[in-house]
Parts: sequence; structure tokens; C-alpha cells
Amino acid sequence: MSNEVPDEILTILARDARTPSDTIAKMTGRSVEEVKDAVRDYEQRGVIKTYHTVIDWEKTGCEKVVAFIDVKVTPARDVGFDAVACRIARFAQVQSVWLVSGGSDLRVVVEAPNLRELATFVAEKLATIDGVTGTTSHFLLKRYKEDGALFFESEQDQRLVVSP
Amino acid sequence: MSQSLSLKPLSKTALDVPFSGIRRFFDIAASMQDVVSLGVGEPDFVTPWSVREAAIYSLERGQTTYTSNYGLLELRREIARYLNKRYKVDYSPEAEILVTVGVSEGLDLAMRVLLNPGDEVLIPEPCYVSYRPCVSLAGGVPVGVETRSDAKFAVTAEQLKAACTERTKAILLGYPSNPTGAVLSREQIIEIINFARERGLYVVSDEIYDRLTYEGIHTCVASVPGAREITVLLNGFSKAHAMTGWRIAYACAPEHILKMMMKIHSYTMLCAPITGQIAAVEALKHAEKEVEEMVSHYRQRRRLIVDGLNRLGLTCHMPLGAFYAFPSIESTGLTAEQFAERLLLEERVAVVPGTAFGAGGDGHIRCSYATSVEKLELALSRMRTFVEKLR
Repeated sequence: MSNEVPDEILTILARDARTPSDTIAKMTGRSVEEVKDAVRDYEQRGVIKTYHTVIDWEKTGCEKVVAFIDVKVTPARDVGFDAVACRIARFAQVQSVWLVSGGSDLRVVVEAPNLRELATFVAEKLATIDGVTGTTSHFLLKRYKEDGALFFESEQDQRLVVSP
Repeated sequence: MSQSLSLKPLSKTALDVPFSGIRRFFDIAASMQDVVSLGVGEPDFVTPWSVREAAIYSLERGQTTYTSNYGLLELRREIARYLNKRYKVDYSPEAEILVTVGVSEGLDLAMRVLLNPGDEVLIPEPCYVSYRPCVSLAGGVPVGVETRSDAKFAVTAEQLKAACTERTKAILLGYPSNPTGAVLSREQIIEIINFARERGLYVVSDEIYDRLTYEGIHTCVASVPGAREITVLLNGFSKAHAMTGWRIAYACAPEHILKMMMKIHSYTMLCAPITGQIAAVEALKHAEKEVEEMVSHYRQRRRLIVDGLNRLGLTCHMPLGAFYAFPSIESTGLTAEQFAERLLLEERVAVVPGTAFGAGGDGHIRCSYATSVEKLELALSRMRTFVEKLR
């Protein structure tokens, strides 16, 4: 695996996807056109997958049920875990799918409007897929940090207004 | 009882040292609402969590004692390892490193150890606000050596030579520079060291901003040939590790100098606070990634603010280190003091007039970019309003 220094444009967008191109241009010392071209290229090549927003749904009053499901899978000849993983990933309720080491094979994040729908999805869709040999569900109880964003009060700037 | 009391006057030394030019702006800015401050001389980041957590854990375990006068040996060993790894300069953790309460204390100790009454110290200016007072308080005479914006505020051996007299005892370097962002190249340092050796002068080098350089790695003054035996190296954790409030720094010097510094420190300070020392160990051992992340933020903001200031017609060289831009405001026809005061009162942006930093600072303001991109952009847009009003 190579370990190149990441392009500053990507680190800036990873921090805040809404940073305007002209700000990025000034921050990196490039022209606005260069930044726009680079971003377009990243998008086309799939380096930038999507831009999304981390929302504290609880504060909006619309709560959702989220479960982390460990899935055991019998790997298939030639494709390993990929076939089952892709099959699971295509369901709209599934937010993330990762192949992981340890006691289970896939870790799946599922989101549903209520517990009943989530249970139905696991029992009727996920567990019945060919190759899935078992599931263990962990329900999300409280968020503390997600995608780098703290969900509790973070530090305020308490510095003196002017200091040497 | 009603007879009036006529106390004897306070110390002349204390009375003679002026208050910092920064104080006035602090007082005005602190009384105002909605100020965007580019006047802050400390990182906007908080200390990395792993460092804070190590300090909390030490308190839980009841580590609340004095330490050795020199500081925790474990910390001195980590400092020695850091200096060796980064700059190939070797100091003995047992005899040549002293943990101090900020570089400010280290500077004070160095001056007290090096100076006899009347000894002169060459100080490239504009410079940090404490340099002159620290020399005066130690009985010395500060001699400012004005550096110029066309030389990007880097002092040369020739300029120092011209200011050197029979009474000169030491040179006080502060690079990367607060307030100008200037750095010295290895060649420039070698010339200064050669000159200092010729004249038998000491060099005190404040390298608190060593990690904040943006075009190439910092050259540690003690690492150039012939420098180590005449140099007192000062550094600390405030800037790179965002640990200003912990007040932990260190001084490195040959044993006979350091021992004298330790002696004074043992009477006036005893030791640096243990919690901060434990935090500093963690900072050197495990916070490198956080340091690099913070530096990358400063690098990006630096381009943003320098570009913005130049667009306003406030000519600004690209600073190579620290986190300050030092633009010229001469095109506005105002003095630095007038500019800073009116900008604060009329547009609620706080900057520090260059005059607070000694000779060569007039006609300039110091803008700290240790603040978020959003706030920098807001400050720049308010400054645009201000500058356009002047035209």
C-alpha cells in the first residue's frame, strides 16, 4: 500500500464539504479553475464518493432506529464475501457494509423508522440471504461522536481577545 | 492616625520598564461585543485530548508533588530524544536540560545568568514584547537591531556587527518570529554564530515556533557548527502542542550555564508544575499526528490571509513561520496605532500595531491567523470595508 501525502483539496473537503472553491484556492495557493477541475476529476474517478451531512436527528424530533449487525457468512468459491456483501449493500435500509476481521465477517449498519420495521428487515431480508449463517444485532442507544463530529458540547474559544 | 503616610518609592527598575503596547488594545477590545480578533498570540486549538487525558489520569493517581528542580527526568529524556531526532543536536538529560515555566521563565533565567549590569544584548526587532524588558530587568541594556521588510525581517550578521560594542554580551534571537513570521536560513545562522564566536558573545535562541514553519524544516540554532557551546536554546510546548496555559517549556545549555539557571530557578520557582510536565511527556510521545494536523491548518490559513491582505493593498510578504502575517499599512496613510484603533472601533477587528514590537514595526500591523477560516474571511471582509472607506 502506498502512503502518499493526501492532496490538500481532499483534506479540506473532508473537514468541511461546503468550503467554497475560491476559499480552497486561497488556502492551497492554486487558482479557482485548478481547484474546480481537480474536484470534478475526483468526482468522476470516484475518489470523492458523495458529500453528506452529519445530523443529530434526535434534536429534530424525528428519531430513527439504528442497528449494527454482525453477519456471519459462508464465503463462496471465486468471489469470497463479495457476492453476499454486495447483495446486502443494495438494500436502501443499509447505510454501511464493511468486511471486518474477528468473530463475524460483515458489519452492517441498518437504519429504519421503527423497531418493528428493522426487525422485519433483519428476519426476512438479511438472515434469509444465501450464505448468511447468522446475525447478531446491536441497537444504537446514544451517539457521542459520528464521522468526526462530537455530539456533546465541545470546547468554546476562551482565549483573551488580544495577547502577546 | 490621620497623619499622611509617605511610603518610599517602588523599585526604579520596575517603574522604568514600560507596560506592553498590547495592553491598551486588550482593554479596548475586551470591552466590545462581536469583535473578530486577529490579535491573539496563541493557538485556537485546545491541547490534544490524549495530552489532557494523561494529565487527568496523573491527578487521579495523586501525582501532585514537587519534581526535581530540573524537571521530571522522563520529560528531560523525551526532550533530549526529540532534539536529537529532529535536529541532530545532543543535550544531556541529566545536566543540560531544565524544565521551565514557559519560555518566558527560561528567557529571564538566561538573562540573569549571562548579564552583568550594563551588559548589552543585541535584539533583532520587531520582536516579541518581552525581550527588552527581560534584558532590562536583569540589569542589561537592550540594543534593538532594526530588521527590514525588504529582507523579510531576517537579521544579518552585518547588521549585528554594526550594532556590536565593547559592552555587548549576547545576541537574543527569536526565529521563527513573533510578530513577523520571519525565519533564518541555515547559512544566515552560521554567519551569526561565526560572528558571535569571534566576539566571544553568547546566543540566546527562542525557538518556541520551531514546528510552525511552512517551507522546509526549521534550523535549530544549536545544531550549526560551533553554536552549541555558546548557545542557550529555549523551546516549549505552548505553540506546537497548543499548550499555552500549561506553562511548560525548557532551556538547554552547556552544563556550566544551565547549572546557574537551575540554581536561580530552584530559589524563585522551585520546579515547573508536575501536571504540566506529565502532559508534556505525553505530548512528545504521542501527539505528533495532532501537531502535523494543526500545522496543516495554519499553512492553509496563512495563504488565505496573506492573499486577502495583499488584495486589500496591505502589502504582505509570505511569512515562513509562526502564525502571524505582518502587512504594511503605509498605503492607508495612517500610523499603525491609528489603523489598529480605528479598525477595532469602526469595524470590530482586533489587530496589534507593529509599534508594540519595537523598531521597524511602525507602518505595520500584526494579524494572527490562529483563528478559523470563517473568522479570517469575516475579518478580511470587514477590513475591506475599512480600507475602502479610507480611500
